Amino acid sequence: MNIQEMILTLQNYWSKQNCILMQAYDVEKGAGTMSPMTLLRSLGPEPWNVAYVEPSRRPDDGRYGENPNRLYQHHQFQVIMKPSPDNIQELYLESLKTLGIDPLEHDIRFVEDNWENPTLGAAGLGWEVWLDGMEITQFTYFQQIGGLEANPVTVELTYGIERLASYIQDKENVFDLEWNNGMTVKDIFLQPEYEHSKYTFEESNTEMLFQLFTMYEEEAKVTMEKGLVFPAYDYVLKCSHTFNLLDARGVISVTERTGYISRIRNLARSIAKAYVAERERLGFPMLNKEEA
Amino acid sequence: MVRDVLFEIGLEELPARFIDDAENQLVAKTKDWLDELRIGYEAIASYSTPRRLAIVINGLSETQTTIEEEIKGPAMKIAKDNEGNWSKAAIGFTKGQGKSPDDIYTKELNGTTYIYVKKHIEGKPSLELLPTFQSIIESIQFGKNMRWGEQTLRYARPIRWLVALYGNEVIPFEIASVKTDNFTFGHRFLGEKFTISEPKSYENQLKEHYVIANPNEREQLIVDGINKVAEENNYTVNIDENLLKEVRNLVEYPTVFIGSYEKTYLDLPSEVLITSMKEHQRYFPVHSKDEELLPYFIGVRNGDEKGLETVIRGNEKVLRARLSDAAFFYEEDQNNSIDFYLNKLEKVVFQEKLGTISDKVQRMEKITENIAHSLKFDDEVIVKAKRATSISKFDLMTNMVNEFTELQGIMGEKYALKQGEDKNVAQAIKEHYLPKSTAGNLPETIEGYLVSVADKLDTIVGCISVGLRPTGSQDPYALRRQAVGILRILQESGWNISVNTLIDIAVQVHHETNIVEISKEELLEEVISFMKQRAEFLLKESSVEVDIIDAVLDNEIGIFPYAVQKAKVLSDKRVDPAFKPIQEALVRVMNLAKKADNQSVNPAHFQTDSEKELFEVVEKVIPSFNKENNDGKAMEALEQLAKLAEPIHQFFEHNMVMDKDETIKNNRLGLVSQINSIIKNYANLSLIEWKQTF
Repeated sequence: MNIQEMILTLQNYWSKQNCILMQAYDVEKGAGTMSPMTLLRSLGPEPWNVAYVEPSRRPDDGRYGENPNRLYQHHQFQVIMKPSPDNIQELYLESLKTLGIDPLEHDIRFVEDNWENPTLGAAGLGWEVWLDGMEITQFTYFQQIGGLEANPVTVELTYGIERLASYIQDKENVFDLEWNNGMTVKDIFLQPEYEHSKYTFEESNTEMLFQLFTMYEEEAKVTMEKGLVFPAYDYVLKCSHTFNLLDARGVISVTERTGYISRIRNLARSIAKAYVAERERLGFPMLNKEEA
Repeated sequence: MVRDVLFEIGLEELPARFIDDAENQLVAKTKDWLDELRIGYEAIASYSTPRRLAIVINGLSETQTTIEEEIKGPAMKIAKDNEGNWSKAAIGFTKGQGKSPDDIYTKELNGTTYIYVKKHIEGKPSLELLPTFQSIIESIQFGKNMRWGEQTLRYARPIRWLVALYGNEVIPFEIASVKTDNFTFGHRFLGEKFTISEPKSYENQLKEHYVIANPNEREQLIVDGINKVAEENNYTVNIDENLLKEVRNLVEYPTVFIGSYEKTYLDLPSEVLITSMKEHQRYFPVHSKDEELLPYFIGVRNGDEKGLETVIRGNEKVLRARLSDAAFFYEEDQNNSIDFYLNKLEKVVFQEKLGTISDKVQRMEKITENIAHSLKFDDEVIVKAKRATSISKFDLMTNMVNEFTELQGIMGEKYALKQGEDKNVAQAIKEHYLPKSTAGNLPETIEGYLVSVADKLDTIVGCISVGLRPTGSQDPYALRRQAVGILRILQESGWNISVNTLIDIAVQVHHETNIVEISKEELLEEVISFMKQRAEFLLKESSVEVDIIDAVLDNEIGIFPYAVQKAKVLSDKRVDPAFKPIQEALVRVMNLAKKADNQSVNPAHFQTDSEKELFEVVEKVIPSFNKENNDGKAMEALEQLAKLAEPIHQFFEHNMVMDKDETIKNNRLGLVSQINSIIKNYANLSLIEWKQTF
């Protein structure tokens, strides 16, 4: 099964479980969790079921396309369900079957793994799912988001697309994975992997990036004060990616580093609060929708 | 009549580390619960797997025990009126208990007579009481709890089903919207949902559905499986107990398999291979008969033999990816010099206020050097210890340690050797993290001692200087463990250096950095009191009694091994009848010395023979005591003090210390004070309780 078929299969499956099928969010981010479709929508009492593929950028993991396991940008398939359904484990295992993974022929395990993202004031409990010893999915019950208690609890499934594909296609090198019939990850991503790595580690204009960080941060604050939660959050994401670029370049000094992280966290926290307040002001419309 | 009872909590996969403890709690709590309910039973058996915690109670009585309870009423004084009839109070009391005054009898309690009635409490049917088991389930404590869905309950993982059977009757209750019933689930993939016919058949029915509910049985199956493979192939497999316990709690139906990896990976340090296998993948490493690591591993699958080849291939692929990463790191890491990594440390924070790891290492270098000098080590040792300190943390910046954090220090030693560092220098890098636990292995080289002590002292003094002294269960920088580490190294090395001198050195170094938030004196005092608490802890651990510890540590810890020795000597002496008069004499001096304000003695002012005599003995004892005391000879030093006992008795017998003449008085007090100060150099003997054992 190539990657394209995997994605189609998962989309198909989760759309049948009443998930809204979304497209990737159009601002750079380090993980699918950071999409507002996960991070903001997990907050508050309104039900929310969604699935999407998220290209995730981790500048520090860039390896010029030379490492068989690491990428500047990889793909996550993200499923979010709030409140977490009682049969979520069964739903998840069914999804593996649609990918051709017969649990009787394999060893599938739920191994404790608790997740925490201090930058976003987020934490959850759950497992990493092992398929014959390989971690293929992060399975998390959110307990806290943006410093707020998650109530009801959202469950998040994050499939590592390339990981899973390397198992399904039995490939040792991520660049040998088939994206569709005829095209490989190498064909599509080798050049950007190399160029992004070179940019990140050697060529980025750090002075400009520092300026951008400050400008994005300022804009996030101003925008939030106007009650515009989503645009404000976009600027937080931009801050986060800019920070990651600077950090990977090794130009953020010690004292500054903690400072930057707490600046982003403070923004994320106040936006989380603002989002809930705004939904409340609107009377939690999606809650009413379900009752109707 | 009796019946069997079964309770089963069905859960999403519990963290392996919580399971054993939860099962133990369940048993203990069930026993207490049944005792409190006065319900008899024959036996209790418990079960646990990642997906269930269960308890089977055999032969549970169908009813609570009926009891006669004695109920105390008002005192006789108010129970009868002036005419000798039962008062309103007495009648009210009997009524309240559903009795009449005819049932009253009296009893004396602490000299007062009270009225009583006997109440018959009829045992209720057990079935009515069993639903309270709900609170037992809810009361199990886990290391970490979570919420799920719309539930408010906090539990280790979501509860998905509940079985509660009394014979074949369901005991009704509900937790987190899950109602009790009589069905359970077998193995996630091999079994299915099924009805339990009766509590007695629980274990066997589960087995039919590929669940071994008894953890010991799973463990035995794993051990047997490993031994079988080992025997067939002539391998040695050292089964790590902790790993075994973890693995048995990761599976419901264990099947042991063997996988292999390419021989070329054996060129990697064995610690790397073993960490990859054990810590990351939960495999058992395989050795040859002569303990050589072999390119095989033993894994345990949660399931049967079906598709085992696929499972093995998958696991091999994962391990290969990890090892190829490791091999890549190993090679890559060696392309850079130690200095390259040291430069990187300038960017890594140790603690927000205490700066980078590089800053920390610079402080450590000064501490190492000052300690080494005050211990008068050879230049060669000092040079090596300084080098070891300055490169002690470089490996934290290597790819390998970044990926395998457990290998910090271990990789440092290997890489340092490859880069041509001295053997002891390299070994000290590994050893400076020791001891890793309160009772863990200690360093073996002098350089290792030095770097380890410097590292720990720097952390302790640094953290305390910025207000991070441990409180209660909060000790994020493990300062307590590190303090114990220092004391154990002092004990093991026998270094002739007092704890306060060590603290002085570290405080001085920190003070020069200007990040310290409190005054030097305050910092010294805080660190000294913190170290004292740890010394007390260690002495208590070795069964020294509290009063002895207080006596020995009253002044300061001093040279720690000497303090330990003194504690041992005094623990023996306190039960020696011959020591009692000696202690009395010395303590008398100590008490009187509180009145003295100077230590000057002028022999010309002596009035009596006994005070002259005492003075002469003191003149002789002081230098010999000081010598023994400085040489750390606890018994000999105490013997010197003992020589003072008889002259002291004579002195008190024949002299009035508080003489009317100020000169005479002060002269005598001066003498007493001189003696007091040498006793206190040894221990505050006045704190030791005399214990006579026969």
